[in-house]
Parts: sequence; C-alpha cells; structure tokens
Amino acid sequence: MSSAISILPGPQLNALNEVYRKAVMRRRMRVLIGAALFMVVLLVACVGAEVNLKTLFAHVGNFVSYFDRVLTLDSGMRVWTDIPEWFWGLRKWLRMLGETLLISYVGTLLGTVFGFCLNFLAAENTSPTPWLRFAVRRLLEFARTVPGIVFALIFVMAFGLGPMAGVLAIALHTTGALGKLFSEVVENADMRPVEGIRSTGASWLSSMRFAVLPQVIAGYASYTLLRFEINVREASVMGFVGAGGIGQELLVAIRKFYYSDVSAILVMIVVTVFLIDIGTGWLRGRLFGEEART
Amino acid sequence: MKSIEVPDPAVLRERYPHVFQRPASASLALPATLLLTIAIFVFGLVDLDFSPTRFIGGLRQLGWITLMMLPPNPGSSLPAYLQAMGETLSIAVLGTTIAAILALPMSLLAARNIVPSVIFRSPVRRLFDTIRGVDQLIWALVWINVVGLGPFAGVLAIAVSDFGALGKLFSEAIEGADRKQVEGVRASGGSVLHEIRFGLLPQVLPVIAGQVLYFIESNTRSATIIGIVGAGGIGLQLAEQIRVLEWQKVSFLILMILIAVAAIDWISSRLRFAIIGRRAVT
Repeated sequence: MSSAISILPGPQLNALNEVYRKAVMRRRMRVLIGAALFMVVLLVACVGAEVNLKTLFAHVGNFVSYFDRVLTLDSGMRVWTDIPEWFWGLRKWLRMLGETLLISYVGTLLGTVFGFCLNFLAAENTSPTPWLRFAVRRLLEFARTVPGIVFALIFVMAFGLGPMAGVLAIALHTTGALGKLFSEVVENADMRPVEGIRSTGASWLSSMRFAVLPQVIAGYASYTLLRFEINVREASVMGFVGAGGIGQELLVAIRKFYYSDVSAILVMIVVTVFLIDIGTGWLRGRLFGEEART
Repeated sequence: MKSIEVPDPAVLRERYPHVFQRPASASLALPATLLLTIAIFVFGLVDLDFSPTRFIGGLRQLGWITLMMLPPNPGSSLPAYLQAMGETLSIAVLGTTIAAILALPMSLLAARNIVPSVIFRSPVRRLFDTIRGVDQLIWALVWINVVGLGPFAGVLAIAVSDFGALGKLFSEAIEGADRKQVEGVRASGGSVLHEIRFGLLPQVLPVIAGQVLYFIESNTRSATIIGIVGAGGIGLQLAEQIRVLEWQKVSFLILMILIAVAAIDWISSRLRFAIIGRRAVT
C-alpha cells in the first residue's frame, strides 16, 4: 500500500510559502536583534573590564609556562621525579589542611544550629507572627548574599587574625543559606501529622518534635552535608584575608613565586576536596538510600 | 457493642522480638554519632583558639564597627565606586560568555551520546573536575601573575573556573536530550554535523542559555569578591576601605553590592522566563 503526497495547486501553495517565509524571517530578525544587543553589551563590558587582547597574546605563553614552572623543582627536574622534595613541607601543610577542615566543620555546625533555630520562624506554616517571619527572612537574606570572605575581612578586624574569624564568617554565611533551605523543607512538610499529634493534646513543641521533625530531618541532613562540601572549598581560601587555614600558605607561595610549592599545595587541596565529596556522597547514600546519592 | 480485644504484651513480645528489642548497634548509633559530633566540635574550638574572652572582646569590637558603619556614606568617591561596580558587572558578563563559548564544543566531547568511547570522554571530564576543584580566587591569583593586576585577570579567572562548571552542566544537558530528533535527521540523510545542528542544538540551546544566564547572576556575586586579591572590580575598593577602617564607606559598598545583585537577579530571571518559559524555571 502506498500513499501519495498531495501537492496543492500553484497559487494556493505560493500564498502558504509566502506566510512561511515571513514567519521564518521574523524569527531570524528577532534572533539577530538579540544577538546584536548581546554584542553591544559585550563590547561595553570589554571596555569596562579593560580587556586588552594585546596583553593576553603577549602573556598567554606566560600562562602555559607558568604551569611548566609550577611543575618544576628548583633543581630543574619535573616534580614527580622527586616526590619527597616536592612535598617537602608535607607535615606543615597537612596541619594547615587539618585546620581548614576544622574551620569548615565548626563553621558548618554552628551555622546549622543557628539555621535550625531560625528556620521555624521563617517558614510560612510554622512561623508565629508575620512580622517576625519578615524580619528573620531579611536577616537570612542578608547573611547569605554578602559573600563569606567579606564577612571574614570584617571579622579579622574585629576578632583579630586567625581561624576564629574564618569560622565565624563561614558560620554566618551558612546560617543564611541553610536557614532558607531548611525553611523551604519545612514548608513542604505534610501538616496532617501535626494535626494528628495536636488532637492528642500535645504542646507546640512536642508537635514540632514528633510531627515535623521526622519529616524534615532527612532533608536537613542532606543539605548540611552539601553545605559542608561547599564550606571546605570556601575555607581553603579564607587564609587569603588572614582568616586561617591553608589559604595563607598558598597565598605566600603564589606571591613569592615558590613554584613547586604552589603545585604541591594545589594538589593537596584538590585531593582533599575530592575526598570530601566522595565521603559525603557515601554518607548520603548510607543515610538516605541509593537514589539520594547525587 | 464488641469490646476490643487487648493482646497480651508478653505474647506480642515473644512473637515479634525484633520490634521490641532493637539490636545494640542500632540503639547505640545515635548517641555515639552525637557524642562524636560534639567531641570533634569541642576539639575544633580548642584547636582554633576560641576563648570566651576573645569572643566577647571581638563581639564588642564588632558592635562598635557596626555603629561606625551607620549611616552608609560614600564620601566623595561615589563616581569611583560606580565605575568599580560597572567593572564588576563587565567582569561577570565577559567571563561567563568566554567560558560558555569555550565550554560548548568541549562539552560535546564529554557527552555520552556524542562520544560513546570512555577513553576519549573521561580525560575531558577529569579536566572539567580538576578545574572546578580549584577555587575562583586561586585562579585569580594565578592570572594576576600572568597578565598583571587589574580586571582582565578577573575576567580570565571567571572564564577558566566557569569553563569547568559549564562544561559539566552542558554535557549533562546534551546527554538528557531526546534521541528521536537526531534519528529523524539521520533517517533523512543528514551527516553527523547536521544531526548536531538540527537534531541536538534546538533541544539543548534553551537549557544552555538558561544556565549561562544563571551563571552570569552568580558570577556577579563572585566578581565582587575577586577584587579582594587584586583582580579589579568593587572588591578591590571594599578590601581597601576595610583596611583603612573607613566603615561608612564599607557599609555603603556592601549596600551597593546587595542592590546590584538583586537587580541582576531580577533581570536575569526575567530573561530566563522569556527564553525557556515559566515552567522550566526551577
């Protein structure tokens, strides 16, 4: 069985073709105008960011050779031919790396506790009064919009140089981020168990404990673990402003052109971040089953 | 009326022992985890030199700083700050665009449905992973060594670090694309390039455009801090004013950053709605 494609008579077809061509033209025009606008924005941005292609081309070889130098020891050998020489400061760096991990751990935990306390006030369905919810929400918004490292800069002035400023900066930023995420989890919770518990004559606190908490605890734990991963990365650069951790060592190495140290510290940071990612992924899998692993 | 038969607890206990007696490991797990969590926390506090006197002294200092910040006042340097803000926005837009242009072809190489062979795919993926593992500020420091201080180093830092992130996201978008359109193009005699251009790109371009816009948004935030290490933008001004303790200017700068970020959020969410429609925005 075969079917024929019917072809319309000429005039009719021409009219349809004309409409089709116009529709395509209109779309193309819109895309073109969008592209032109985008190009203008880019050009303005180029001027604003002092882009100088000549500098780039003059120095791009520098970029490549920078990695070459970073991977070369003082003796002129490649770094991987003499591992002990490459990681000569392993003990010191490991201590700094441990400090970085501790900063992110303590900061995450503090932030989680504060976020936990505040989120019930910020969530639509559990907040006592609207004005309190509004105030808490703006506060959380402020804490998460200002970058952590800006808080660190200010805290270094207030609390002095050292890891304490880094911990507090991370804690504040984490409070803002987790408080919002937690309150969203609470808003998605089923309110029927609350009614059930309420109907047995339980107080507000015990209805939170036995009706809301069992529903939201898994989400809380998952977000907290994710935040810990992010905070490890953030803590690794806190040292740039003097707030403790391995960033201090890295900054010194980069600024003073200790080339092989730069690569050694970078390798350690990347490996640590990688291990933490795997570790928290494994933990999430253990806690919430296979499907929650990603 | 029938009375409810109350089962004898002893019989139940005997019949379902696993309900009444949880294994020791399960009943110990929670307290043990809590104890460990708190122990590490306390160890951290001690190891990181937390002391109540330092904390209270710092809080007093912080309160004093907050008082000094009010009211926000740019002094005579408002034009310089506006220019720095423009620089920050330029860094974000330009850095993200360069990253997207570089990441698109590379992400094709990392997508399973374009390059089936693991041998070719996995080096590209590992490259993306490694680049993402290094923080943006570190890239900024490296680029400052190469092209010198200034916003251009910031552009390149954002371009490189987003290259890793966008490459991964793009390749995931491509892997999520529907196979049928591609097969349709092939059935009508199209080449591999035709398949990508007419079968794949129309599906993934809206997703990619949405992601690029989202990254411009989040890069506005990161471009504000990239200046702290000397790579241009408003962060440079902020770090300087904090170092010379001009707190009124600091609070003004923070306010400016908050407003700019909110404005960019609003614009980009509007654009995203226009490009991919309301439903796809999560």
